[in-house]
Amino acid sequence: MHDGFALIALLVATLRAATPLLLAGFGELIAERSGVLNLGVEGMMLVGAAAGFIATASTGNPLLGLLVAAAAGALMAALFGFLTLTLRANQVACGLALTIFGVGLSALIGLPYQGTPITGLATVIWPDLDSAGPVVQQLMLLDPVVWLALALPFLVFAFLYRTRSGLVLRAVGESHDVAHALGYSVLRVRFAAVLFGGAMAGMGGSYLSLVYTPMWTENMVAGRGWIALALVVFSAWKPLWLALGAVLFGFVTIAQFHAEAFGLDVSSHLLSTLPYLATVVVLVLISRDAARLKLNAPAALGKPFSAAG
Amino acid sequence: MRLRLEARQQPSQTMQWLSPFLAAVLAALGGGVVFALLGHNPATALATLFLAPLATLDGLTELGLKATPLLLCAIGIAVGVRANVWNIGAEGQLTLGAITGGGIALAFGGEGHWWTLPLMLFAGAAGGAFWAAIPALLRTKFNAHEILTTLMLSYVAIQVLGWLVHGPWIDPEGFNFPQTRMFADDAMLPVLLEGARLNAGFLLALLAVPLAWGLLSRTAVGFRLRTVGQAPAAARYAGFSANGAVWFSLVLSGALAGLAGVCEAAGPVGQLQPLMSPGYGFAAIIVAFLGRLHPVGILSASLLMALLYLGGEQLQVTLQLPIAATGTIQGMLLFFLLATDVFIDQRLVFTRGPAHA
Repeated sequence: MHDGFALIALLVATLRAATPLLLAGFGELIAERSGVLNLGVEGMMLVGAAAGFIATASTGNPLLGLLVAAAAGALMAALFGFLTLTLRANQVACGLALTIFGVGLSALIGLPYQGTPITGLATVIWPDLDSAGPVVQQLMLLDPVVWLALALPFLVFAFLYRTRSGLVLRAVGESHDVAHALGYSVLRVRFAAVLFGGAMAGMGGSYLSLVYTPMWTENMVAGRGWIALALVVFSAWKPLWLALGAVLFGFVTIAQFHAEAFGLDVSSHLLSTLPYLATVVVLVLISRDAARLKLNAPAALGKPFSAAG
Repeated sequence: MRLRLEARQQPSQTMQWLSPFLAAVLAALGGGVVFALLGHNPATALATLFLAPLATLDGLTELGLKATPLLLCAIGIAVGVRANVWNIGAEGQLTLGAITGGGIALAFGGEGHWWTLPLMLFAGAAGGAFWAAIPALLRTKFNAHEILTTLMLSYVAIQVLGWLVHGPWIDPEGFNFPQTRMFADDAMLPVLLEGARLNAGFLLALLAVPLAWGLLSRTAVGFRLRTVGQAPAAARYAGFSANGAVWFSLVLSGALAGLAGVCEAAGPVGQLQPLMSPGYGFAAIIVAFLGRLHPVGILSASLLMALLYLGGEQLQVTLQLPIAATGTIQGMLLFFLLATDVFIDQRLVFTRGPAHA
């Protein structure tokens, strides 16, 4: 019984660690399926984390904080969309700029709030918690954002493959000229996808500052935005694989904290390289087959669109 | 009346040169807005940021000191971008250069060998080159994109340094502070001016400018790199190796970043600390673009970026403004540059009457 309990606790911790990756990853998946490569995920997550924290610290309402974080992420994405879609600037350079800007901006606005205590997001209150078994009690400790993140793979799958809008989005990402000729507004679809990506990244970032470790510290996203980007490549742009990848990475993140329990005596610094090294290994494994990668990637990914041709 | 973007017949040479200046002015204005929002007089703050450091000899030497790592990293990044190879992990290669070069300093410093400092510089460059060779291998053998691998390895390098200075290399007499002991005098770069911190590393960085210029515009190697980056099909037809371009540009930029790292360790820092750079490796990406990927342009851009770092420190001292404010301005600088660059290939035209889609 005790082992089962520990296993459930590990699962809960894994899912919590996977949540920011799921949110940001699915936002980026949608943006990339529409043909836009936004390398600014890290920056949008950081600004979301800072904005969400400030809103929560000021109002005492973490749900509001999540919404503000989503809005802040979308605002950052709008800046990216204006440059790359409206002005047709280089997507790779603009994504890097978004991250560099986000690092600076979040540090600036978050500075007065360093060390401010907040009440993080409460878990969903279920009736009769006391009478439930310890395993169920553990599961009930999950907050609503985790549940949302767990529902995302299925929602995104249904949207992409079972709705008309999803089909249009994929068409725009595969061949913007064909979609344009069919009468769809390529830029409008891409803008919507980029904004969704920003909102999800912002919310994913704020999960870190509101729930995971309820405080604000500079650069607290610590590369998770880049890992989310790598996971989208790993998933070959398929929702269910992305979910699997995110949970796997959640587990790697948790495993480093449990290494000591397994009797490993390794420096915490070296252990914290694990998620980054795992990202590199995963990228190598998935990119090895260049032909397959090319087949799965949205054909118009990263290419600017101009109605004039 | 509406505004519309229209493709130019030919890229505008004027905008090509004007764009970085426009971006710098716009970023300064944007900075003024940030300062005003923080409750400071924008004119005073901007003067402190951009003018005060230039008013003294001390300020000028500090400018050269801060430009050194930016210049070294940015030249390497620019060589790569010309070949369409995106090394955004200069920060990690810099860190590894500090580790390998610093390791030599800790092992042999103070023993009075003439070769200690040269060996440190070599080890720093080799360490950075090694760290960049990993993404090169992963790209050429396994097709893994260097944007993600170089960046991931940066996080790894910083953690490795953290482990060293907290663990095996910690100063035994340092009251448990996470840092190594100070380097011996013979393991430090000589200063150029008595009483200033500006050191011989600046000369090395300056030397890289004509060398990189010659390489890029006067040798077949530079021509091959540009062809691979701009016309991959033509490069294949001509038999230029795309893999060779990846290896060359990553190893070269890694070596330059590693050199920057050992110059920081054996220069202004004088030991190894958990963080060897306030983001020079990332700011160098901005410097490379602002300098139009051209060595001479990069020299000017690195001085401007160094001014931002230096002015930012002044703002912190005199107006108690957070150092993060300058980080925001750095980001704005790149954004404005990318936006003004749009007008190199396109122009704004006014159209009268309703738009015809």
